[in-house]
Amino acid sequence: MGTVFSFDVRDRPTPAIATALRDAVAWLHHVDRLFSTYRPDSAISRLARGATTLDQVPDLVEHVLDLCAEAETRTRGCFTTHPGGRLDPSGLVKGWAVEEASRILRAGGAVNTYVNGGGDLQLSGEASPGTPWRVGIADPHRPGRLLTTVTGRDLAIATSGTTERGCHITDPRTGTPATGILSATVTGPQLTWADVYATAAIVLGPETHEWIAGIPGYNALTVPTSPGLHFTARCE
Amino acid sequence: MRRAAVTTLTSVAGIVLLLSLKPHQATAPPVAPAPSAAPAPSSAGGTGTATAPTRTSGSNGTFTGDVVNTRYGPVQVAATLKGGRITAVKVLQVPSANGRDQQLAGYAVPQLTRAALTAQSAHIDAVSGASYTSEGYIQSLQSALDRAHA
Repeated sequence: MGTVFSFDVRDRPTPAIATALRDAVAWLHHVDRLFSTYRPDSAISRLARGATTLDQVPDLVEHVLDLCAEAETRTRGCFTTHPGGRLDPSGLVKGWAVEEASRILRAGGAVNTYVNGGGDLQLSGEASPGTPWRVGIADPHRPGRLLTTVTGRDLAIATSGTTERGCHITDPRTGTPATGILSATVTGPQLTWADVYATAAIVLGPETHEWIAGIPGYNALTVPTSPGLHFTARCE
Repeated sequence: MRRAAVTTLTSVAGIVLLLSLKPHQATAPPVAPAPSAAPAPSSAGGTGTATAPTRTSGSNGTFTGDVVNTRYGPVQVAATLKGGRITAVKVLQVPSANGRDQQLAGYAVPQLTRAALTAQSAHIDAVSGASYTSEGYIQSLQSALDRAHA
């Protein structure tokens, strides 16, 4: 299955913005070439099978692997870049690539945009002057319906779930499929981390909220397999 | 990462981005040769909109894409183009053989088409979750576009 990336640019079009949009698309293709585990010739695939070594891969790959190590630490091991024992940083790369694409657009003068990578979003600026972006959160219990909406400016929103293709997140601590939570949405300033935390939340389950509450700027919404919703409670 | 199907459908124009998440037609000007989102009217089958920053002379009409077999079953779409711009994408076939597939289709198709969500709320800019991705959808769409410009 591929991932669809989409862009929504609300700024008045300029040649610089058109260039930035092309650059952002080129960036995503570049990331795909480096990190796709579906491409046998990608740097990650070659690294995973030992056909190359860390000191030979592009700096970007090393950078991402550093981020992955940090993600494992930040999530207390609930996020892994070795699912099934094989190197696969996909869980971090998508959010990170989208966040960078958003940055490329911003640098080109597109300051009111969102970039969407398979349902994970980096919002920049606002939808229209004075109106923040409104993002619906898909309801895992009711296909095609929304649980709630999140409104914000300069915000990242990531949702992980066990719904679309059955459970696809394994608890790296036990090796068994994570259960108990159908979907987890995390909001915060950076999509790289919102996405990582949302994945970890599926593994962490109900403990998510206590954990997220300790991370400044990030909030979680989890949908348990039993009826109900859980929000992170904050005293800010 | 999983094969990133950035939907750069170069057969239409310089860059064409699949904007599957444009649920309504409120704000953006529809025809500007610009990277801004170009919303499209919803057809019965729902919409997937795309925008071409540079317009070509372009085709008109509805073009049916190939049936693409995915691990979940066949996927087929038809794209309607006006002046080289996609105005609607209709989903003709989605997996429906068994319970699991129905579940997948139940999630994926509304996410692809936006139709259900459009009905639910006219004021949503995007949706997070329930990844609407489908390689089959993209491939079938690509073949429809190839056909339009063959």
